[in-house]
Amino acid sequence: MMTERKIRVVVAKPGLDGHDRGAKVVARALRDAGMEVIYTGLRQTPEMVAEAALQEDVDAVGLSILSGAHMALVPRVLELLRTNGQEHVKVFVGGIIPDEDVPRLMEAGVVGVYGPGTVTDDIIQDIRRAVAASATA
Amino acid sequence: MELADAILQGNRLALARLLTQVENDTPEGHLVLDSLYAYTGKAHLIGVTGAPGTGKSSLVNQLARVYRNPPQGHTPRRVGIVAVDPSSPFTGGAILGDRVRMRDLAGDPGVFIRSMATRGSLGGLAAATSGMVLALDAAGFEVILIETVGAGQAEVDIVRLAHTTLVVEAPGLGDEIQAIKAGILEIADLLVVNKADRPGVENTERALRGMLQLAHPVARTHGLHHGLHHGVAVTGRQPDQETVESTVWQPPVLRTVATEGTGVVELYNEIARHREYLENSGEWERREHTRLRSELEVLLQAALVARWRQTYGSQGAVQAVLERVLSRELSPWQAVTTLLDGLGE
Repeated sequence: MMTERKIRVVVAKPGLDGHDRGAKVVARALRDAGMEVIYTGLRQTPEMVAEAALQEDVDAVGLSILSGAHMALVPRVLELLRTNGQEHVKVFVGGIIPDEDVPRLMEAGVVGVYGPGTVTDDIIQDIRRAVAASATA
Repeated sequence: MELADAILQGNRLALARLLTQVENDTPEGHLVLDSLYAYTGKAHLIGVTGAPGTGKSSLVNQLARVYRNPPQGHTPRRVGIVAVDPSSPFTGGAILGDRVRMRDLAGDPGVFIRSMATRGSLGGLAAATSGMVLALDAAGFEVILIETVGAGQAEVDIVRLAHTTLVVEAPGLGDEIQAIKAGILEIADLLVVNKADRPGVENTERALRGMLQLAHPVARTHGLHHGLHHGVAVTGRQPDQETVESTVWQPPVLRTVATEGTGVVELYNEIARHREYLENSGEWERREHTRLRSELEVLLQAALVARWRQTYGSQGAVQAVLERVLSRELSPWQAVTTLLDGLGE
């Protein structure tokens, strides 16, 4: 009677820029890969993202940021997830992220950073791998 | 039971985890629901259905706001929301986008929003929706708004789950023939014409009201001239009307503009009036009875199928009979009889 376990992902656009094309492309790609994507739309605060992740009990959170505020927004989301007891949730980031910030984000706990030109299949594989790893851990 | 206790104490993460278990139909989820079941039955379950693009999510957002900040003299209610969106029939994936319209509710601990995909169900809800509603009910949410997938004509599962069903329409979607067809309009306890600032709202309203008059001749004779005021059945202060009001519910037609919140307090008041009607007329118990019976039947069927598969229905047996159906040796009905032969003995 048990139904198949689905990967659930929140895709959010925190911050103030209004460019949601990338977020929509990724949301659609994850859907086509059989995942359930909770799309939350533009101008989310880190608090709103974390709240959605909690209520929806997701496996992963995708953040799309093109405003340059990633070094403020991403660590805040990670911190809120931890506070809420959701340290197992995998966070990945897309958008315009300068190369030198990528290692700092990865160190903070992000599982992947994806700039323009990323093949969506790579994101899908990374999410599947990260979620499977934490499920067996 | 740890998870159940945490949920009763208001732990939101525990509730979110249970909702996942229930959605995945796990044995653990069933166990927790077993121990929470005694705490359920208190919430007012309100279904919101209607065609895609009529503004259901925005309306749910606004309604939840009114329940959180009600008119003076009313108590704020804790609101649970279950929003259902379709799964892709090809990949099984889904985009659940109802939260986009519900951002006003962010940061309020008195609100809990959960999105779910239909995962193959066709009736406008998912198979696990009723279980998720039970979990929210046990967690102390007093009003539970259940938003169906964008429903057209036959997606009427919601009526078996909800105490009060809102059917949301918008101007420009169909004509009078659509309105008298069987299906979704029949299940409305309240009809909402949303986007009422758009042209054509009078036509939509007229079509709906015409449909109601065809469907409710009794209500028409009692209501048309003095019982109706701007389409809203007046809560009969007239003593001679009281008996009629308590036995016949005439679905009111209401106008709203959900993006601006126009008409939503009136809608809230009409929902309250419907609840009163349900309680006074005995309809509340009757609906609970119907709902639980249909739920039992669904569970019984699933359990019987599962048991049959375990005992008799080996893949080989099914395959062998299927071959005979393919070769036109057996009809599908004969095949089922053959497969079930072992059961009664």
